[in-house]
Amino acid sequence: MTDQIKKVDIFIMGKRYTVPETLTIMDAMEYAGYQLVRGCGCRAGFCGACATVYRMAGDYELQVGLACQTKVEDGMYLAQIPFFPGRKATFDLEELKPSTAHFTQLYPEVYRCLGCSSCTKVCPQDIDVMQYIAYIQRGDFQKAADISFDCLMCGLCVSRCPANIVHYNAALTARRLYSRYIAKPDAFLVERAKAIEEGKMDEEIDELVTADKEKLQELYDNREIEK
Amino acid sequence: MSYTPELRELMKKVEETRPSRVGVNYPRMTPDERRDVLKNFHPDYIEDGFREVRVGVDKGTRLTNEMADIFEAYSRLKDVEIDLTVEPDYDVDILIIGGGGAGASAALEAHAAGSNVMITTKLRFGDANTMMAQGGIQAADKENDSPAIHYLDVMGGGRLENVPELARALVMDAPLVIKWLEDMGTMFDKKEDGTMITIHGGGTSRKRMHAARDYTGAEIMRTLRDEVLNKGIKVVEFSAAVEVLLDDNGNAAGAVLYNLETNQYEIARAKTVIIATGGSGRLHYRGFPTSNHYGATADGLIMGYRAGAKTIYADSIQYHPTGGAYPPQLLGLLVTEKTRGLGATPLNIKGEQFVYHLETRDVASSAIIRECEERGLGIPLPTGITAVWLDSPIIDLIHGEGTIERQLPAMLRQFQRFDVDIRKVPMLIYPTLHYQNGGLLIDENSLSTVKNLYVAGEASGGMHGTNRLMGNSLLDIIVFGRRAGRHAAAVSKDMDTPAGLNLEHLNSYHKELEETGAADGRVGPMLLPRYTHR
Repeated sequence: MTDQIKKVDIFIMGKRYTVPETLTIMDAMEYAGYQLVRGCGCRAGFCGACATVYRMAGDYELQVGLACQTKVEDGMYLAQIPFFPGRKATFDLEELKPSTAHFTQLYPEVYRCLGCSSCTKVCPQDIDVMQYIAYIQRGDFQKAADISFDCLMCGLCVSRCPANIVHYNAALTARRLYSRYIAKPDAFLVERAKAIEEGKMDEEIDELVTADKEKLQELYDNREIEK
Repeated sequence: MSYTPELRELMKKVEETRPSRVGVNYPRMTPDERRDVLKNFHPDYIEDGFREVRVGVDKGTRLTNEMADIFEAYSRLKDVEIDLTVEPDYDVDILIIGGGGAGASAALEAHAAGSNVMITTKLRFGDANTMMAQGGIQAADKENDSPAIHYLDVMGGGRLENVPELARALVMDAPLVIKWLEDMGTMFDKKEDGTMITIHGGGTSRKRMHAARDYTGAEIMRTLRDEVLNKGIKVVEFSAAVEVLLDDNGNAAGAVLYNLETNQYEIARAKTVIIATGGSGRLHYRGFPTSNHYGATADGLIMGYRAGAKTIYADSIQYHPTGGAYPPQLLGLLVTEKTRGLGATPLNIKGEQFVYHLETRDVASSAIIRECEERGLGIPLPTGITAVWLDSPIIDLIHGEGTIERQLPAMLRQFQRFDVDIRKVPMLIYPTLHYQNGGLLIDENSLSTVKNLYVAGEASGGMHGTNRLMGNSLLDIIVFGRRAGRHAAAVSKDMDTPAGLNLEHLNSYHKELEETGAADGRVGPMLLPRYTHR
């Protein structure tokens, strides 16, 4: 099988390797002999560890992708960004309010956005990053939370921002503010949590905890299942 | 569109049968049918995949061959000079090994209780299976539900082999965990009025699966991580623990850490140690691909085992029924159970359903393996393997156009990256190695059988019996992570700094290895899998 697969030439940090064309950038690096430590995490597009910058031979434009989610192409020049020293503001969520005034203190640079859209162009998740920064500026944390939600915090947006905004950390704070203060609490959840803490749910469960296996099997096999 | 012409031809069968399947539920298996398919097709029952471990506290216990290889291995410190008489590099109340959901939860609770806490982690903080958990987290917080009903689902799903007290702790803490996470600013899917949106998972009798789109674990992990950083808790990254240190009473008292970037060893002394190192999918049992994180190599299991901690159901492995099978770049990657929760059904080469779409994971996986291996009704792929369809487009037919886009953005994006639009064409799936059902045995406080040594999350075992239900792992890491953090903090409070730090247990372990000849030159823990081709 492997023999039939076409091979392509890629350039890892400038050095040429010939690899099967079906591989992702991450697999190709390993195929080439790299034992990855940095730049590799979940290998499934969820953790943002493997932000990669590449350029196709003969082209001037830099492109980006997640190494685990991007197939190699012939003539790809690539390098990974192992770490990006973006700032994270620390805060006590209980002391914060979902207000522009509070947000300014945490991330003043958000208000210095130049509107260049470099962040949006570079996002491997296709998130409209600049738009959520605009929502944060306006204090619309609900909209910022919504459109920033699929962010993997890979840091590529930060690497391109001329205003030195740390978008992913600002977005995370916006989402936490939205969830904590703007989204309504689930009334029954609060009630249920209280009932458990007061021991009101103990009796029902302890009857099962002390039941023998035969009884449990019977109860399980005949349990009512919500449609 | 990256499906081959052959696959596109076969796909027509799925399209043909689709209208007749909308709104029609395939019958569930009877209890006897379930037992039968498990016994004949679940990898847990295929005896040549297992052997008895020859060394350690559980000598004679059945393990998968791959895990036995890790257990029957010399320490990485066998020929390393470690000076334990000098001042340690780190000196804390509680050392947490592992920076996933369990470790972060433990850290927050222990810090809140006033302990001096440190997290050491092999890769980045948050690089963990937690981050990859997509579908949801269970909690009985609806009026038609209760922890007792949840308990029955957990026990039945776990083949009644669960430790009752641990299952009890799991379900009773569940609503408290949801509240704790939400108060911290975790963004669950909710209605306008604040009501949590919940759906079914495999084996649930109530709709109690809470989700954050299909990034549930990522949303929980990034929130926990942010909070740990807000609290100023010390986190040491790219620093894998390789052995647990014991004190002169044989109690856990710290760990030897290995800096993966400078290749240097460091000593961390602690009054209590919490192992939260996660699972073992990267051992690739029986050659299966895995949905697991790069770092899931059972490190904590072998460290704890060498230090004397007993295991429970360490031979029980969960194969997730819906791993990606094609395109090849997605091999083994998780297709969230939420896809089936929303109505996607597994289909054979004829476009016919062969198993109820929400059977428990063990049963569903076994049925898919049977369909491909025994009945020969799988779809042959150009890569040489067989798979079955998972009819995703039916979701939008059932719930309305746009459902996939809203509820499964990660799945949609992942397949789109390789030119498959799951709104229009069905996915190709096959079971993937997903979860370690058992692990190191703990009690309700997450304490292992070694004093001052706690275990939380996937590295621990007992609460899930021999088959975990969807949504109970994100739950378990938080429940037992918090319990470990709280108990360790209370215990550490009145404790003196441990004395006589040593690695004597390695000598006796090595002696056993020598006597049995079991190690065959192997060294562990593995730390990172090797995928280099030359």
